Amino acid sequence: MTAPVLQLIGVSQQYGQGATSVSALSGVDLTVSSGELVAVMGASGSGKSTLLAIAGGLQTPTSGEVIVEDTYLSSASPREVAALRRRSLGFVFQDYNLIPTLTALENVTLPLELDGISGRAAKRAAKDALAAVGLDTKGSSYPDDLSGGQQQRVAIARAIVGGRRLILADEPTGALDSVTGEAVLRVLRERVDGGAAGILVTHEPRHAAWADRIVFLRDGRIVDQTRRDDAADLLVAP
Amino acid sequence: MSVRQSLLAILDQGPCYGYQLRAEFDRRTGSTWPLNVGQIYNTLERLERDGLVERGDADDQGHVYWAITDAGSAEVAGWLSSPVERATGTRDELAIKLAVAATLPGIDVGAVIQTQRRASLAQLQELQRTKYAGAKPDSPEELAWTLVIDSMIFAAEAEVRWLDHTEQRLAQHPQHALELELSTDRPKRGRPSRIPVVHAASGSADA
Repeated sequence: MTAPVLQLIGVSQQYGQGATSVSALSGVDLTVSSGELVAVMGASGSGKSTLLAIAGGLQTPTSGEVIVEDTYLSSASPREVAALRRRSLGFVFQDYNLIPTLTALENVTLPLELDGISGRAAKRAAKDALAAVGLDTKGSSYPDDLSGGQQQRVAIARAIVGGRRLILADEPTGALDSVTGEAVLRVLRERVDGGAAGILVTHEPRHAAWADRIVFLRDGRIVDQTRRDDAADLLVAP
Repeated sequence: MSVRQSLLAILDQGPCYGYQLRAEFDRRTGSTWPLNVGQIYNTLERLERDGLVERGDADDQGHVYWAITDAGSAEVAGWLSSPVERATGTRDELAIKLAVAATLPGIDVGAVIQTQRRASLAQLQELQRTKYAGAKPDSPEELAWTLVIDSMIFAAEAEVRWLDHTEQRLAQHPQHALELELSTDRPKRGRPSRIPVVHAASGSADA
C-alpha cells in the first residue's frame, strides 16, 4: 500500500450547541492512498457532503484531524490551507462548475495561474491534463459547446492538473445519462490508477462499484465498508 | 429456452456445423454462458425432431452442416418479436429471508441487510472491474460481451437498491410493531371441522 494522500482521524462535525446541536459527522476515520478510489454512500443527510467539504479543507471540523499529504489542516494557517486546495486537491461537482467565458484549456489552466505558475508552464500542464481525459482536441472549445460528459471530463482535468493528487468528486455523474456517466467514471478510474487518490460521493451503487472500497455513512458515522478483498471470493461464476 | 432460440437465430444466418455454432454463440455472448459441444448436438437433434433444422451431408473434412427450415426461420422471427416471459411466483430466497427475519423478535434485520449489501456490492465491484479490465467496446464481440456484463451489473444494482429501500422502510417502523411472536391461535385450515363449528355456534349465541 502506498502512502496515504488523505487521512481523517476521529473527525466530528457538530452544528449548533447544547440540546439543539446536530451531529453531522461522528468520529470518522478514513484513509485514502495514492491509486485508491473510495466511494462514500449513504442516505440524504448522512454526512456525505460534510465529509467531502472537510476532506477538501472547505470546512473545519469541530474535532479530529485532517491530514492531506503531509499537512495537518488543524495547525495550518488559512493561507496554507488555501494553497493546499490550489496545489494538492481538486473538486468535481455534479454541475461541472466550469467558467463559461473561458475555454476548456483556460478553465484547466486557471488553478495553476492562481497558484502563480507561469503562463507557458501552466498551459503545458493543462494540455497534458486535457489529453489525460481524452479531450486534447477540445482545448479551444467553450463549455457551452461541449456535451455534459465532455464538460465533466474538463472538470476532472481541472481537478488533476499539475501535481494534484486528491480528487474529491460529489455526484459527478448526477447530471449525465448512464452511458456518458460511465465514460466519466472510466476517466476518473484511469486517473486514480495513474496515481491520484479519489473520493467519490454517489448514491448509485453501480457507480460506487467503480471504487476500491465503499464506505457507508449513516447519521454521520461510518457503519460499514467493503474491502478490496471481499469481491474476489464472492463473484459467482456464471 | 434462450440457448435453443439463440442457436436457431444464428443458423438463420446460414448453415453451420456443431463446433462452428458453438464458437458463434460464444463470440456473441462473450463466453459468459459457455456451452459444451454435447449441449449443442443435443439441441440440434431436438430442433431437427421439431422440424426446425435439417441435417446436411458431411463435407470433405467431415463437418456436418445444419440448415434452418422455413418453420425454423418463422420461429426465430417469432422469438425476436416477442418479449421474454419472466417466470413469476418463483421463490426469491433473499426476499423470503428478509421478510421472515423482519418478523422475528430479537433479530437485528439491519445487520442481515448490511451483510447482504456488502456481498452484493462486492459482486458489483467485481463485475465493474471485469468490465473495466476489458478492452473498450469497439469490436462487436467486445460490445456483445459487455452487454451481458451490463445486465448482471444492473441486476446486482437493483438488489442493492432494494436492500436500501427495505432498510429505510423497516427503519420507519418501531421494531415491536413488526415482531410476531409465535401465534397461540390454532391455524384455521386443516383442523377437524368440529372445532370451528363449536366456535361458530358460541359466536352466534353471543351476538
